[in-house]
Amino acid sequence: MAGDTGLKRTALCNLHVELGAKMVPFAGWDMPVQYPMGVLKEHLHTRAAAGLFDVSHMGQVILPVAAIAALEALVPVDIAGLGLNRQRYAMFTNDAGGILDDLMVANRGDHLFLVVNAACAEADIAHLRAHVPGVTVVACRGLLALQGPQAEAALARLLPGVTAMRFMDTATFLWEGADLWVSRSGYTGEDGFEISVPEGVIEGFARALLAMPEVAPIGLGARDSLRLEAGMPLYGHDIDTETTPVEAGLAWAIQKARRSGGGREGGFPGAARILRELTEGPARKRIGLRPEGRAPMREGVEIYAEATGGSPIGRVTSGGFGPSIDGPMAMAYLPATLAPGATVYGEVRGKRLPARITDLPFHPTSYKR
Amino acid sequence: MPIRYTPEHEWLRVEGDLVVVGITEHASEQLGDVVFVELPEVGRKVEKGDEVSVIESVKAASDILAPLAGEIVEVNEALPETPALVNEKPMQAWFFKMKVANLAAVDDYMSEGAYEDFIG
Repeated sequence: MAGDTGLKRTALCNLHVELGAKMVPFAGWDMPVQYPMGVLKEHLHTRAAAGLFDVSHMGQVILPVAAIAALEALVPVDIAGLGLNRQRYAMFTNDAGGILDDLMVANRGDHLFLVVNAACAEADIAHLRAHVPGVTVVACRGLLALQGPQAEAALARLLPGVTAMRFMDTATFLWEGADLWVSRSGYTGEDGFEISVPEGVIEGFARALLAMPEVAPIGLGARDSLRLEAGMPLYGHDIDTETTPVEAGLAWAIQKARRSGGGREGGFPGAARILRELTEGPARKRIGLRPEGRAPMREGVEIYAEATGGSPIGRVTSGGFGPSIDGPMAMAYLPATLAPGATVYGEVRGKRLPARITDLPFHPTSYKR
Repeated sequence: MPIRYTPEHEWLRVEGDLVVVGITEHASEQLGDVVFVELPEVGRKVEKGDEVSVIESVKAASDILAPLAGEIVEVNEALPETPALVNEKPMQAWFFKMKVANLAAVDDYMSEGAYEDFIG
């Protein structure tokens, strides 16, 4: 659906406005950046109770099971070994080993279900269609995320079966006659669920959740600070065609089967570089930074090894204020020789401010494994 | 003299021979949750339009400009410690007080009614 602004609207657009959301353009969509609660409280509410996110702007794609080998030729991930009703994080790579997009792949038995970033959806679908048979773009389904320590209790009132799911499981449940595709996953570091819902029932489903005392609507602003605290990269900022999965600290997503010596070693774009970096280590790595003062170091801030002089050794790719850690946080690519605990300097408004290199995530994750 | 408002969404209040400067409720709402405030140095001489203070919200950084030429004589030390004051009570959360050459120049800025029209 498109409005006067030329922006696409999700099936929940009217509900967002009714809830008092501030709407902003995001990747061609008219999306809620915050509700009257505000970014800070929305963030803390998600970590304390449960937050409901409309992520219907993300692309949903179905592939036939017969496409597994063709999909494996695009991602450095073990898709053939993905268990029934299980989901995996993956990334499309290019010939240079860079990342075209990151995505989720679920094995839903008779098909694979992919969720891709809104900003990349069009390019991803073209990429898939060029290399994989039987690509179906899912139409007329929205996507919700319910995240936080009380997400399970809230969702179980509508879908009792979700309590049996563990992290990265997927399942289908009926709600008011509609098929809901549920995965126990998210982008906040909290336990939670992502739910693909037919547009015809999505508003009713969202209202049923929002009627529960522990559930509040959460906008893109808090979604960003939550994922940053959880150490998760954002495509187009922390990962892109110039960064490899190994540099990005995403080697965990490359299973043994696709690594050197594995059963289906390589065979994805950029394999030569990515496999070499897995063995030898990358020259630079995505790391966490905790600025020592209160001043945030935002995207684009240049990082120096010394308090004065020298050339930049890296640049902040995402940065801001972490409500749960009550301080500034940032991610940057820095030489892999720099270890956690080392101090570097970010230049903010002409001043070099110290920041400590830290392990990611900034805030511990709490998945139900 | 009643409170005056600048097009940069600052409020000015005359207190004796000083001008007290803060940001408006509209500005604080637009910025969102304020998480960092950097104040100018006391004693700094400023020209009208100089960037004298930095305010960062969860969304972005913005500058607070000197509304008039003069000297910074006092700053609100509570703000860097508790930036949320800017959102909670924007009309009380003053940033700095300045001594200006011409107090009457404050009156050139907008009245409350004019400012309300300005922000629509």
